[in-house]
Amino acid sequence: MRKSRAAALCFAVLAAAFFSGAAWAAEELSINGSTTILPFAQSTAEAFMKISPGTRVSVSGGGSGNGAKALIDGVTSIAAMSREMKAEEITAAKEKGRNPVQHIVAVDCIVPIVHPSNPVSDLTADQLRDIYSGKITNWKEVGGPDKSIAVIGRDTSSGTYEVWNEKIMEGTPVTPRALISASSGALVQSVAGNTLSIGYDSLGYVNEKIVKALTIEGVKGTPDVARSGTIITSRKLFMYTDGNPTGEVKKYLDFLVSDDGQKYVAREGFVTLK
Amino acid sequence: MKKAGCEGGSKALLASQPSLGEPRDMSGLRPGYAVWRKITDSLSTFLLWAAMAFVAAVLCSIIAFLAAKGGGTLSWEFVTEPPRNGMTEGGIVTPIVGTLQLILVSMCFAFPVGVTTAVYFNEYARGGALKKTLRLAMRSLASIPSVVLGLFGLAFFCAFLRFGTSLLSAGLTLGCMVLPTIVTASETALANVPQDYRDAARALGATEWQTIYGVVLPTAFPGIITGGILSVGRVAGETAPIMFTGAVYFAPGFARNLFDSVMALPYHVYVLATAGTNIERTTPLQYGTILVLLAVVLGISITGMAARSRLRKDVL
Amino acid sequence: MPGREEGRRNLSEAAPRRVITAVAMSGILVMVFILLFLMKEGMPILRDASITELAAGRLWYPVSSPPLFGMMPLIAGSMAVTLVSSVLAIPFGVALALFLTEICPKRISGFFKITLEILGFLPSVVLGFIGMTVIAPYLQVRLELLSGLNLMNASMLLGVMILPTVATLSEESLHAVPQSQRDASYALGATRCETMFKVVLPGASRGIAQAAILGVMRSLGETMVVLMASGGAALLPESVFDPVRPLTSAVAAEMGETSVGSGHYHALFFMGCILLLFTLVLNVLVIKIESRREAN
Repeated sequence: MRKSRAAALCFAVLAAAFFSGAAWAAEELSINGSTTILPFAQSTAEAFMKISPGTRVSVSGGGSGNGAKALIDGVTSIAAMSREMKAEEITAAKEKGRNPVQHIVAVDCIVPIVHPSNPVSDLTADQLRDIYSGKITNWKEVGGPDKSIAVIGRDTSSGTYEVWNEKIMEGTPVTPRALISASSGALVQSVAGNTLSIGYDSLGYVNEKIVKALTIEGVKGTPDVARSGTIITSRKLFMYTDGNPTGEVKKYLDFLVSDDGQKYVAREGFVTLK
Repeated sequence: MKKAGCEGGSKALLASQPSLGEPRDMSGLRPGYAVWRKITDSLSTFLLWAAMAFVAAVLCSIIAFLAAKGGGTLSWEFVTEPPRNGMTEGGIVTPIVGTLQLILVSMCFAFPVGVTTAVYFNEYARGGALKKTLRLAMRSLASIPSVVLGLFGLAFFCAFLRFGTSLLSAGLTLGCMVLPTIVTASETALANVPQDYRDAARALGATEWQTIYGVVLPTAFPGIITGGILSVGRVAGETAPIMFTGAVYFAPGFARNLFDSVMALPYHVYVLATAGTNIERTTPLQYGTILVLLAVVLGISITGMAARSRLRKDVL
Repeated sequence: MPGREEGRRNLSEAAPRRVITAVAMSGILVMVFILLFLMKEGMPILRDASITELAAGRLWYPVSSPPLFGMMPLIAGSMAVTLVSSVLAIPFGVALALFLTEICPKRISGFFKITLEILGFLPSVVLGFIGMTVIAPYLQVRLELLSGLNLMNASMLLGVMILPTVATLSEESLHAVPQSQRDASYALGATRCETMFKVVLPGASRGIAQAAILGVMRSLGETMVVLMASGGAALLPESVFDPVRPLTSAVAAEMGETSVGSGHYHALFFMGCILLLFTLVLNVLVIKIESRREAN
């Protein structure tokens, strides 16, 4: 019996220790959304907490749709999205009395990638569409070796998929034979580990040491072409807030688009606004 | 066959044979059959040994591989510092504490409820529809896939009860997951308490509740705790139930109340494996995190197993 | 005042009984809530698509317009990984159980049992990680496959996960076969091999069936391994090296990216209902077998 009481006491003390901080309030800020934006959202959040002590910023990924959902439900202060909010999402937000305001925080372009050993280095948008729709299934049809193509795509609900779908696929459905990666990082690793594969990913994730970036109709995905929009897959990365931001949310967003904040965007491999 | 064997019972029969299971002379049967029997016998023995050796080798190689890859990352700083610079530097103290907090919250729910349910089954219930229904509910709960429990947690704790993606939601979801394990373990422990103890207490005039609280529960306590420890091991290693209910990619510090979201070790392993732009720099951290996760989960489980084997020795 | 004393005693008997019964019932409550909430969130999909479209549709394009909610490839994916992993792990698990009860010297059997149990405690996310980073590239290069993330990869890892369950439970039921039956078999001159396969195994068949079903149940519901190692292509697998997208991995991968209340969201909950239905049916099967065993 004594033992059990001692155990109960330990338990209570531990519990108290864990939650004793609860009374100590701080500004809470949460960013929720696109896995593409995660890397620089996190490093800017870290930096922001250093210059604005007392503010806590938590970052969760899950996808652009998840961010929009969280903003509509009012459980996040900022929704990070790698695509624009859809009309139905805005309607849903308005119904709940929220007013999503868009902030452009970085630029990006989506780059097709292959294994470094692949001799193919350029594809046209039509070829890419045919590969992804399943019309072209062998690398020799696009000037490569006589081997099947392992098509790797993203989940249909990711922002990256939606941009690819809109700009390259133009609505043609992706072949059901395509392998699907649940996140940007997983896709790069799949391509890096598979000599026959092709994938597409945000410029920030393309690590030229382990995968080879293809040019689209001769245009190489670089920060400059992404900013100027010369490459057809360029896109903007957004953060949405409910109404015009105030207080710490505004401070964070201001920091993110400032030169200091954009340094982190660049360091993670993404394209700065300027 | 020797006649003496039949009289002596099976033990004497066995003792009278030089080697158990050796094929005997069956020359009455078709020739070659004896050889065939000898071969199948040795072969099956060999294959079964090989199967076990293979499994042991698989386990050892998995652990050795992870230890070799991640051993270099482990350091005091790694387990005491929060992640920094987009998960490429720093340590994993935030997910470690997050996992401990999840364990605490889930156990605060599952342990009392589980033990009470076991007490009900073992001490109070007298058959009937209610007991049967509860039994069925527990068994069904035990069989539910963890990701389905995650969905339930999302719909019920996060959305319906408005707990949000929080430590509380994730902890309760995990609690629902291990509830049946705790009930089963506690029931076994309670059933091992000799009936004499109860009779003696009742004969001394103790009420039903006094008997349970003062005699049965303390006697069964070590067994109950052992079951609890083993289920803690499961809570620490599960990813699917917390993915949408409370675990986040990055939290700025420890959760300071039940409504904060947390980082958790298993989810952190998943995150490091699938997100992050800088694979060369996250890879060592990833293996390090896996090693720490393994150490936590296996440490807890092995403690539970050791406690259990000691207990069994005591009982016997 | 014996009457009052009696009354107080009755009260102190009744109060804890009521409280304990009430708390114990929360288990039923949890189960009812699970069923209720999954149905509540899953059934609205039937407004967007009929049962036949859901179950027989071959195209899973949940966010295209119009969305296609054909879950057949996902259900087939779940079935396929479950089947392949069971085919790999169940005979293997039973073999291990046989080894532990019939062959292994007692002194070292404890060591092997611990090995098995530790294998069972490995977190699934760690196995999934190994599948993704070690097995996948190896399979792809060695067998010159389109991708190493496929049905086989996920099934092997799932096999490792369910092996301890199958082996431990089978071992228990082999153990329950009376020693006298083995003795009788040996006394008739049977070899150890014959005794194992003709006497001990048939004697424990119900228990082994139960162990096998519990293994199947676990592999059907496992998430992280299939999410990380199965490739995620929503197609009907034609070979064991095709990528698949089992229900559990679809739920885990897509739940984060849908908007609440959309058809896709309800479809994912509907998949949860399907998974629940499968496991509950298997569960009933286990209970049936068990009550038969007890009756014998």
